[in-house]
Amino acid sequence: MTEAKMIVQHNALHQGAGRFYRSLQKSIDKLTREPLGMLGFAVLALLILVAIFAPWIAPYSPITQNLPQALQPPSWTHLAGTDEFGRDILSRLIYGARITIQTVLSVTVIVGPVGLIIGVVAGFAGGRTDAILMRATDIVLSFPSLILALAFAAALGAGLGTAIIAISLTGWPPIARLARAEALIVRNTDYVAAARLYGASPLRLLFLYIAPMCIPSVVVRLTMNMAGIILTAAALGFLGLGAQPPSPEWGAMISSGRKFMIDNWWVAVMPGIAILLTSLAFNLVGDALRDLLDPRHARS
Amino acid sequence: MQEFNLKELGKRAIQLLVSLFVLLTVTFVIGRVLPADPVGAIVGELADPAAFEAMRQRLGLDLPLYQQFFLYIKALLHGDLGTAILTGNPVMQDLSTAFPATLELATLAVIISTVVGVPLGMAAAIFRDTLVDRIARVLSLVGHSIPVFWFGIVGLVIFYAGLSWVGGPGRVDTYLEGLVEPKTGLLLIDSLLAGDMEVFWSAVNHIILPACILAYSAMAYITRMTRSFTLEQLNQDYVVAARAKGASSSRIVVGHILPNIAVQLITVLAISYGSLLEGAVVTEIVFSWPGIGQYMTNALMIGDMNAVVAGTLVIGLIFMVLNFLADLAYVLLDPRTREAS
Repeated sequence: MTEAKMIVQHNALHQGAGRFYRSLQKSIDKLTREPLGMLGFAVLALLILVAIFAPWIAPYSPITQNLPQALQPPSWTHLAGTDEFGRDILSRLIYGARITIQTVLSVTVIVGPVGLIIGVVAGFAGGRTDAILMRATDIVLSFPSLILALAFAAALGAGLGTAIIAISLTGWPPIARLARAEALIVRNTDYVAAARLYGASPLRLLFLYIAPMCIPSVVVRLTMNMAGIILTAAALGFLGLGAQPPSPEWGAMISSGRKFMIDNWWVAVMPGIAILLTSLAFNLVGDALRDLLDPRHARS
Repeated sequence: MQEFNLKELGKRAIQLLVSLFVLLTVTFVIGRVLPADPVGAIVGELADPAAFEAMRQRLGLDLPLYQQFFLYIKALLHGDLGTAILTGNPVMQDLSTAFPATLELATLAVIISTVVGVPLGMAAAIFRDTLVDRIARVLSLVGHSIPVFWFGIVGLVIFYAGLSWVGGPGRVDTYLEGLVEPKTGLLLIDSLLAGDMEVFWSAVNHIILPACILAYSAMAYITRMTRSFTLEQLNQDYVVAARAKGASSSRIVVGHILPNIAVQLITVLAISYGSLLEGAVVTEIVFSWPGIGQYMTNALMIGDMNAVVAGTLVIGLIFMVLNFLADLAYVLLDPRTREAS
């Protein structure tokens, strides 16, 4: 590797990292001025802490049955009441946070890189590759995602793993579209032209020079998707296609509480509040991030 | 009438056909390739090998995949979606009775969400950063975040069990079921045609809660989009000019802004309608609504893939056609997409 080439590469990486940290720093600064966004962040941080420390926080076991205590209304001993097996609902919700976060992270970890690679390759390559990849993206985008996830989960057998795969299958197109748009811009910048001039291979350009620049906006978009992932996962759980009992998945908890909804409302209502608050928090954070990064959406 | 962009139209039509083909392939894979043991699911695990083999041949599973796919398409074109295990009827027949119930629910929901969402979105844009805007923002934020099936349960607990304002699960009160001859399958219209007001009011009483709940999630999206479309228009010169001429606010909104955002709104409404059909699937279970969603879920429970695949096909098809129609509206109605001559 010649010295000049190394310098160009070093500068490009430096520039990339610098831009990333600067925009991150700026976003965090501005975020403190977005009270609703901060509130969302706080709720999410709390949720993550609760999920990590669930065994220490939960007052009861989420699984062990205690039939004499079945269907107790909310009280000081059971803040959210108990379900039909006498299990403390609050403890189940606390453990359920683990399943929710696991689902959201797994889908994001699958959908993010897949969408990023498809989008960046399409934007970078252009021409026929671009046309084919984007048509495929449009087609998947025109599928009814919940129904398709439902059918996939039905065919593969119910379970958390299948639910994650089923949600991911239709989740990548928005990411791919965004990554493509970003790649189209980055492709024409000077530092990419310079790297190309020094003989960087297309793969090198793609993964070291272009893809890293698309990551910040992809991350924002992924955050905005998370609320949707939670709702779809909860719907699949509600239909019995997610994590299986006695696992305390929030959607499945609503489904089992539905049988008692008239006389024992709390069994079905409490898990829904958890879902609502979590997806609300993700939406608030997503909105705040979008307002920060896209001046067209900024509120005056 | 100006020439519209035929080339663009053709491109969209081809895209629809390709999408449909992909949908067929995907449903084929879901129904025939993914299930570990489709034969066992039908004959049972304890069936003797001869019966197993006979069923395998009857399903055509001994043929190579491409021939199976060919047979699948051929059957579909003849309207044959297989037999449902649960009811023993042809799936096509089951779907044709279940679909109108879903259609009725989703259509009423889309009407409610449009009637509320569009004016609310416009008001939020016009009275930006006032109380109206804040309320609209909170309403649509919560609408984006709420699990619709859970909201249905809460609605039932409050308005049915608590206040007894609305009818409970099902399409009508049980003692009124089957009184009206199904002509369209849409109970509200059938009962009016038959002149049976008791059934009609019972049906209204039963549909209003699920329709409102379903409408709320769509309304969130419609309000949000209408607000941003209207905001875009408010800064345009023509609005300023109209205001300078002394046109009243209501005249500007109805006479100038609405026609300009109509095309975009049609797209949004088409997308909402599609997602309402999808949302209906989970809502139906909560309200014991005998539509496609309940049909598919019941089939899911016993692993009846014929019924699941057929439901997926029908909803996927409608979804894509709605998308196509929205595109079509864009190409036909928006002057900017007309071919420059």
